[in-house]
Amino acid sequence: MESFEKPILKVNNLRKQFGNGCKKCEDMSEDVLDKNYCPECGTVYACQDVSFEVYNGEILGVVGESGSGKSTMMQCLYFDKEVTKGDAYISNYKDGKSNIFKESSQQKRYIRNNVLGKVYQNPILGLKMDFSAIGNIAEKLIASGNRKVDEMERRGNELLEHVNIPLFRSKEEPKNFSGGMQQRVQIAKALSNNPPILLLDEVTTGLDLSVQANVLDLIKKIQRELGISMIVVSHDLAVIRMLADRTIVMLNGKIIEKGLTDQILEDPQKPYTQQLVHSLL
Amino acid sequence: MKIDYNFAFFDEGSKREIRRATLKAVAIPGYQVSFASREMPIARGWGTGGLQLTLSLTGTEDVLKVIDQGSDESVNAVNIKKLVKKTTGVLNTDDTNKATLIQSRHRIPEKSLKDKQILVLQVPIPEPLRLVEPSEYKTKRLHAENEYSGAWLMLFEQIMKYGNMSTGADHPVKVYDRYVMAPSPIPRFDNPKMDYSKALILLGAGREKKIYAVPPYTKVKSLAFEDYPFEVESFEDKECRLCKATGVFMDELIDEDTKETYYQCNDTSYCLDRLNNRN
Amino acid sequence: MGYVAIKGGTKAIEESIKRLKYERLKEKKIVNVDDIKGSMRGLIDQVMSESSLCSRELASIAIKQAEGNMEEAVFLLRAYRSTLPRKHYTKVLDTDNMLVERRISASFKDIPGGQILGASYDYTHRLIDFDLTDESLEDAIKWVDDYENEKIKDDDTDLKKLPKVVDYLREEGLIKTYEDNNKEPIDVTKKSIEFPTERSERLQILTRGQTGAITSLGYAALRAYGALHPTVGELRIGSLPIYIDNPLDQSSKEEDSFYIGDIKITEVESFIPKEIEKEKGRKEIEFDIGYGICYGQNETKAIAMSILDNCLETGNKKYPTHDEEFVLLHIDSVESTGFISHLKLPHYVTFQSKLDSARKTKKGEKDNEDRL
Repeated sequence: MESFEKPILKVNNLRKQFGNGCKKCEDMSEDVLDKNYCPECGTVYACQDVSFEVYNGEILGVVGESGSGKSTMMQCLYFDKEVTKGDAYISNYKDGKSNIFKESSQQKRYIRNNVLGKVYQNPILGLKMDFSAIGNIAEKLIASGNRKVDEMERRGNELLEHVNIPLFRSKEEPKNFSGGMQQRVQIAKALSNNPPILLLDEVTTGLDLSVQANVLDLIKKIQRELGISMIVVSHDLAVIRMLADRTIVMLNGKIIEKGLTDQILEDPQKPYTQQLVHSLL
Repeated sequence: MKIDYNFAFFDEGSKREIRRATLKAVAIPGYQVSFASREMPIARGWGTGGLQLTLSLTGTEDVLKVIDQGSDESVNAVNIKKLVKKTTGVLNTDDTNKATLIQSRHRIPEKSLKDKQILVLQVPIPEPLRLVEPSEYKTKRLHAENEYSGAWLMLFEQIMKYGNMSTGADHPVKVYDRYVMAPSPIPRFDNPKMDYSKALILLGAGREKKIYAVPPYTKVKSLAFEDYPFEVESFEDKECRLCKATGVFMDELIDEDTKETYYQCNDTSYCLDRLNNRN
Repeated sequence: MGYVAIKGGTKAIEESIKRLKYERLKEKKIVNVDDIKGSMRGLIDQVMSESSLCSRELASIAIKQAEGNMEEAVFLLRAYRSTLPRKHYTKVLDTDNMLVERRISASFKDIPGGQILGASYDYTHRLIDFDLTDESLEDAIKWVDDYENEKIKDDDTDLKKLPKVVDYLREEGLIKTYEDNNKEPIDVTKKSIEFPTERSERLQILTRGQTGAITSLGYAALRAYGALHPTVGELRIGSLPIYIDNPLDQSSKEEDSFYIGDIKITEVESFIPKEIEKEKGRKEIEFDIGYGICYGQNETKAIAMSILDNCLETGNKKYPTHDEEFVLLHIDSVESTGFISHLKLPHYVTFQSKLDSARKTKKGEKDNEDRL
């Protein structure tokens, strides 16, 4: 995989804690690292100094049970939550020389709009349910400065078509859509400004199996056609198996294992990963 | 217990505080300045923001005109005039030209304003983003970050759903290429009158406790997409039944006997003036 | 021919105001301000509390002028309050020094100093007393004299030094002891609030809030939309002496301060259980305090305020009663009644403008059909 030379996204020591910490836990001693909270002060370390890279055009899978810190990590990357410490660089943003966590809120907004796209597990977080499907897409286009209605309408329809939303429904509000359709509108919205990186957080969780397959096919299609890099978070190894090139396994806020997805699924090294893989079989 | 009220109702400390907020508003065109809005002898929502500005600005030499929805004689306009007169003794006028201070609810007079006049507009909802974002905490930050997608999105949705922008009154404007501002519920017809206005325009929202301003000769542009231009209410081929004026904002009325629709100038002093000077 | 008058507003208003005066006087009865002051305690207390102006005299005039209409009386006083220069802030009051008239606790039966029922409607039957229709002044005076001569058994309780119930829980460590916060409170009448607010601002707005609004929101929080279960730790009513610093001497020495009078207040401290996460799995229960205070005897309002105070401290996003913008921006009598009543104002221009837009949308639809 020679095209994976320079990472498009590099994350170093991302930490997210809830609570103020205390003398015992602030140096991240073994006690704390073992679990994800401090027995002394109760501070929770949802992400404990997580580091990883995403390479151009690849899909990185993140797997782990709920509470492992994978969704928190995604929230931090999309600035839904503020990191406690750590840094991250995106090669398409200021030549990868600026720590995006330290940017102004205006710049963070720019990054959310133009450099990253995110699809949430819960569509309420990703969509304005009282605005039309096409309005939802236009929101991102407007935010990046577009002031031409016809152009935005054309782009919106093109995207909705791409995710198989019938055009005659484009002016309807997503609150009237089925769960699978809402996810597809979210994907269209996330793609509107051609971001180089897409963040997908448990996007198929809670959907019917057939609808799940449909959404997963769509994601694969997009990746194939647009060559976009993605991080796919899921507790479901089947999803990871189908989508991810490489995978990291998280437990208690830490990355415990990483490697090619096939390797991790065929030959897991850590007991926890073994347990996870076996429970799937 | 017998007490007299101070000149212009307020104590001097209150007036100074309002003037300070006003100066700040003039210095930052279109920016909503918070002020400790006082309770007034007229109800919140009935022009207390405008009234506080008017009272803080009124000096003994001033000549005051008050209009409500275009009319000098509407009950609310009369009420405000009475109060200012009672507490200051200044002269009232209906004549736009003679006024130094014009307080208005929801109209800008047809006759263009002059240098050194001040127009005070009453504002119910000063926040142009309120419909998309109910939280004041958040809208304040959106303004700071120059992030107005919400206002544009509202217009986009209207075009998608209705085929054009259907804002009615209070169509948002951008002031001095920076702050997006609610021009108060003046009809779209009046928006262009704000652009490079010779008079200072002050806007006061009493209940929401905000003062903002368009200084004289300042650019004010109504939000509109490149391919969907801003349009004012159309009174094409309508003329005023009384003074025969055209190209002004008109009230639409129905003749009780014939059930026919007819039109009449909304700005009553403009209409009267034309009637009086007709040959 | 139909004709819309463009003159005549002035005359119409004058007539309307005359008619209002006629409505006030047409029964040919007047009530003296002194009678209101002497007999409308409940109304006066509420009006003072909502208008945030402590003067029974002014409240009585306002009530007379407003024909007993609460929102109007509050409005009059608030508008009057706007004209008053604010020259002094009082020194910090300590409610430990209250001369107590009534004091109850729902948390402990046996509180140090005892429960003092004082004057309350709580123990009356709500039966209309028809005898009041012909109550005579002589009888009333005689009753008062007799009552005042009744021998009241004196015990040793010092009504100026009643310990607070909350101190009892503090000693046990069940309520956190906070350091005194001596930060200058923000005066919401001098600076409009910005979010997030400080507690000093929240308490001011709550205590000025419309009694009905505070009660309803407090009730909503208690019933379903607030997730809390308070117990009234202590409700006390009584008077507090007010002091200001010597205006001529900036040293603000205690002995130099000026006594300017007493105010009567209702104070409530509610205990609200709160889970404290100690470590994973293990939890402890401690108590939070919700604080309510207002002018006069306004018990329901003070209790409801204590609930809302705690809601706003907690700030659980799930409930509107915990949302400071939702609560604080909508409970003020003058603001809410003003904006609601402005709907009576003419909206001819705004409506004309909307009409124009509505017609254009219809036209747009027709154009689309034509194109098809």
